[in-house]
Amino acid sequence: MSIDTLDRIETKVFERPTSLIDTEMHYCPGCGHGTAHRLIAEVIDEMGIVEETIGVAPVGCSVFAYNYIGVDFSEAAHGRASAVATGIKRVLPEKYVFSYQGDGDLAAIGTGETIHTCNRGENILIIFINNGIYGMTGGQMAPTTLPNMKSTTSPFGRDTKSMGYPLKITELVAQLPGTYYVTRQSVHKPLNVRRTKKAIQKGFEYQKLNKGTSFIEIVSNCPSNWKMTPVESNKWLDENMLPYYPLGDIKVPNEKEA
Amino acid sequence: MIKLMKGNEALAEAAIRAGADAYFGYPITPQSEVLEYLAREAEKRTGMVVLQAESEVASINMVYGAAGTGKKVWTSSSSPGISLMQEGISYIASAELPCLIVNVQRGGPGLGTIQPAQSDYFQSVKGGGHGDYHMIVIAPATVQEMSDFVKLSFELAFKYRNPVMILTDGALGQMMEKVEFFEQQERTTEKLDWATVGKPTDRDHNVITSLHIKPDKMEEINIHLQKKYRLIEENEIRFEEIMCEDADYIITAFGLVARICTKAAELAREKGIKVGVFRPISLYPFPYEKIKSHSSKIKGILDVEMNAGQMIEDVKLSVNGKVPVEFYGRMGGIVPAPDEILEALEKYIEGGKL
Repeated sequence: MSIDTLDRIETKVFERPTSLIDTEMHYCPGCGHGTAHRLIAEVIDEMGIVEETIGVAPVGCSVFAYNYIGVDFSEAAHGRASAVATGIKRVLPEKYVFSYQGDGDLAAIGTGETIHTCNRGENILIIFINNGIYGMTGGQMAPTTLPNMKSTTSPFGRDTKSMGYPLKITELVAQLPGTYYVTRQSVHKPLNVRRTKKAIQKGFEYQKLNKGTSFIEIVSNCPSNWKMTPVESNKWLDENMLPYYPLGDIKVPNEKEA
Repeated sequence: MIKLMKGNEALAEAAIRAGADAYFGYPITPQSEVLEYLAREAEKRTGMVVLQAESEVASINMVYGAAGTGKKVWTSSSSPGISLMQEGISYIASAELPCLIVNVQRGGPGLGTIQPAQSDYFQSVKGGGHGDYHMIVIAPATVQEMSDFVKLSFELAFKYRNPVMILTDGALGQMMEKVEFFEQQERTTEKLDWATVGKPTDRDHNVITSLHIKPDKMEEINIHLQKKYRLIEENEIRFEEIMCEDADYIITAFGLVARICTKAAELAREKGIKVGVFRPISLYPFPYEKIKSHSSKIKGILDVEMNAGQMIEDVKLSVNGKVPVEFYGRMGGIVPAPDEILEALEKYIEGGKL
């Protein structure tokens, strides 16, 4: 075998999905957003729906999702992603519409929109990144911050007596008749990454079938604001986040019907 | 087609006829007939999307999302609901999305009253939400104009990629008048190069956003917006002059109040006082120059509004001290009568103020 031939061997085992824009991300090292973005881009590519998909990115770390995922995108005001997605989907019902929202956005300031969008059964996919903290504003308490967990606005730990309890909004929306598929996944281990990708794919497929709201929570990390290394943060996620936010499907479609 | 109709219903009927694609709204007195009428009529006639949202906050953000696709989208509400929409309106103005927002005003502040008022003038023409932006604001005075201005609003919104507000009030919304409707227009969507409709292979992905984190970029956006507003100020000034040619005094008033003032001017002329009425139709852009052009020929201006005196600031800016400008207003949902306006004018004249 000549050197020329070796140069021409193309066995790519890993490449950037076409829909993931080739640019530097602003996310911190070890943050789960990058992986979640990649999974969405992979699914969009594999389903061949780039031209049919519109994303919504509201305020929070994920607001710049539109700089990384190469589909048409609408930025949204804090908390309003699912209302914006509703507006888009209602006038373009044949398109795929998804929102990508953080915990502060979806479960605090946008709780009303989240509940009502799911209750109307809007035929969209909601991807909910829960890292238990406000990332972009610098580590303040989130609606999903764990009891006794420290943040810049709960410096002595979240005291549930005065600060309330972590909101399990995913279980809450699963109770609503409008939701069709509700699941909680993570991207901190290879197996979980694969499961999350599968869930995202299902979400888009159910949308094609006009089934109602698909809601995917991704329990994620925030090394910078948790003040840990990426590896420590994944371990902490395993030991602390997952007992409170257990992984798995919460509402699955009736298989016969699906 | 000529019909006897409530102002609110005329708004709804006109939007159906203008080929609007979607309406997102939330009930509030005195404009709930808009949503009710659309719920009955719109979907079956043109396929317009009509959605009752969970709040005005959600409504305006649905408008934002849908307007980003280049569709003809609108909402309506009344004062407290419009206050809730201000954040969304600021985003819409910054992202340059065409849409129509109707404010059927009621008396404030706070929960106020359900009776008509004009006390959202400042909010409508001076910003309302955060940041430097303008909506195009037009004020109908008749049920006929409630219909005509819906069509005009969509044209202006798309011409300038800018939100347009119809600023009206509960009296015009509730009262019935004869209205002649324009012909039904087809629902068509232009292919717009900025709209988020799904990215074809031959262009970059479109992003609707008002976020530009680098200050030099954000300043660039602001400069662009300001240039657009100057263009709007140049081209879109609308007004009506009634008996102004020989007038010694001019009453400035907008919306329904201008009609009441016209009656007051007629009563004044019966008494030998030559009074005209100047009615700004576009409140933004405001007809500063036109009002100024009258100032060399008149003795004074009486500004009449259903508020504590808001448009009067722009009237004063127009004449820039050349003639005295006095004010008569009623607040909290009270509509002034022609004779009390005339009385106020006479008092100012007798007292040497006009």
